[in-house]
Amino acid sequence: MSQTRLEKRFADLKEEGRGGLVTFVTAGDPDFETSLELVKGLPKAGADVIELGMPFSDPMADGPAIQASSLRALRNGMTLSKTLDLVRAFRQDNQDTPIILMGYYNPIYIYGVDKFLTDAKSAGVDGFIIVDLPPEHDDEFCIPTMEQGLHFIRLTTPTTVGDRLPKVLNNTSGFVYYVSILGITGTAAASDSATHEAVARLKAETDLPVAVGFGIRTPEQAAKVATVADAAVVGSAIIDKLRENLDDDNQAKPGLSQAVLEYVRTLADGVRGSRT
Amino acid sequence: MTTPNSYMNGPDERGHFGIFGGRYVAETLMPLILEVEKAYDAAKADPSFQKDYDYYAKHYVGRPSPLYFAERLTRELGGAKIYFKRDELNHTGSHKANNVLGQILLARRMGKKRIIAETGAGQHGVATATFCALFNLPCVVYMGATDIARQAPNVFRMKLLGAEVIGVESGTGTLKDAMNDALRDWVTNVEETFYIIGTAAGPHPYPVMVRDFQSIIGREAKEQMLEAEGRLPDQLVACIGGGSNAIGLFHPFLDDKDVAITGVEAAGFGVKTDKHAASLTGGKPGVLHGNRTFLLQDDDGQIQDAHSISAGLDYPGIGPEHSWLHDIGRVNYASASDTEALEAFQMLSKVEGIIPALEPAHALAHVTKIAPDMGKDKIILMNLCGRGDKDIFTVAEALGVEI
Repeated sequence: MSQTRLEKRFADLKEEGRGGLVTFVTAGDPDFETSLELVKGLPKAGADVIELGMPFSDPMADGPAIQASSLRALRNGMTLSKTLDLVRAFRQDNQDTPIILMGYYNPIYIYGVDKFLTDAKSAGVDGFIIVDLPPEHDDEFCIPTMEQGLHFIRLTTPTTVGDRLPKVLNNTSGFVYYVSILGITGTAAASDSATHEAVARLKAETDLPVAVGFGIRTPEQAAKVATVADAAVVGSAIIDKLRENLDDDNQAKPGLSQAVLEYVRTLADGVRGSRT
Repeated sequence: MTTPNSYMNGPDERGHFGIFGGRYVAETLMPLILEVEKAYDAAKADPSFQKDYDYYAKHYVGRPSPLYFAERLTRELGGAKIYFKRDELNHTGSHKANNVLGQILLARRMGKKRIIAETGAGQHGVATATFCALFNLPCVVYMGATDIARQAPNVFRMKLLGAEVIGVESGTGTLKDAMNDALRDWVTNVEETFYIIGTAAGPHPYPVMVRDFQSIIGREAKEQMLEAEGRLPDQLVACIGGGSNAIGLFHPFLDDKDVAITGVEAAGFGVKTDKHAASLTGGKPGVLHGNRTFLLQDDDGQIQDAHSISAGLDYPGIGPEHSWLHDIGRVNYASASDTEALEAFQMLSKVEGIIPALEPAHALAHVTKIAPDMGKDKIILMNLCGRGDKDIFTVAEALGVEI
């Protein structure tokens, strides 16, 4: 089978000899147009992979920053099908940067799994991270995703040990997302040594690239992670930057995208400088 | 022992009741949830676990709770004989103690050092805080900010018992949001913490575990009814939020084909409005809080806020076993509005000298609708699952009385 966009991206990074930057933003936060402008700017700002949050009313694994982000998007009328519209619009002038949709299962279940996979694929989505679908429920969405030739990317955590790890790695493709802390997004950060050990443990079990996330806030942290892992994932810190550029009614102030993209640029520079 | 063709065999080994149930949780929690299941299976097989449970159920909770023939109410309604299973007389004032006792004994067995819980009306929070005091375990209770405001007596009670009550501002600040934050706490403190879920919902094995602990209600009631009347009741009635008191009463009767069973959801301002909590009547299947079940949600799969005058029923979902029983038609699900519950609340206080919680007042509202049309030789058994002391401020406000 030919290489997917996501596989090619990680292969290119390997060739370049550097770690990648995975950036998370919520689709439609604070509104569709601003969000599209932001997502369109991410590749140029140095994002290697775009993780796009599908807003959900009850994001149980997320901290305050992403909860609020999700609700802002929903209040401004975001839906799952508009999230696919956003991807479609992005793909009009970008064919290289992989987009991973991240979120919770219920909106997909209500949309209908088969229809969703067809629509997501034609919109230009490359894969999914669905927080509340452990391997025990692979038959429901993970297997159909793989059958469509898309990636199902699994989270592994500090509690994924022993027999659990092979079970979680099975049916995972594209990359493995290591959640470096116990907890929700945007809170604590893991120690360098703990991350290093965990990535080594994963690398012993899989040939897939490993991305590390949760709690990365600065270019220095991103750089450090990118030296031991194949990519660093930054989410809440980007959302916090976005939030700084909202007015009192949670609407975008002029220059929001530029401000957020400048911050992404500092993260990308950090990651790019890390292995030189 | 299970038998084929029984309604009591579920769930399967993956926690499914038909298409409902399952374990839709973040990977961080999966190993722990599997561990809870293993520990629960071991506990069930261990006579000393049951012995401990029985001891505290009898001497601390006050079980068995009485089965009471509500003679005046029966005369007043002029139809079927009405019996109450009086779980409101339990220590802590509701059926919640039955479940918390079981889960905290399990937590101790597993060597867990910290307990968390979510609460709506505060009944489950109070029960959890109570047993944490008894067993000297630190206790954190998540409670929606809206519920904290309308259930002040229970908040103070939990604090007196030594629990930390954390107000949840997200969403509408009710039970669903409290459950989200309890899950977030659990993901963060997974190693030392046991999450005592208060209703028969959540990831497997919680729905089955809560049902098993609450089934003491139905087992006792069956025995007591046989003693009182020499036969089983014709109709069971219980209120449903998540549905733990109802499944506790219903489960031991599921295979008794001649016993009709009705669960009563909260219709709030009416099931045709957007302000109710009747997930089966007004919702559709979806995935939330670790299980597939009927949920109040919009066309995009976003969860909608429930509404009920009763904080304990104010939840947009329902336990998965109820969804299944609804689907296969073994249990009939009805609803009662805020207004009907308020009327029933006042009626029971005056007619029987029992101030019920607003939750079972919904069940009672249904009883007042069906009893008059049933023959005098028929028997209704209703679960009076909580007492109303906590609700007097809410009721006073609804009636425009200042206290």
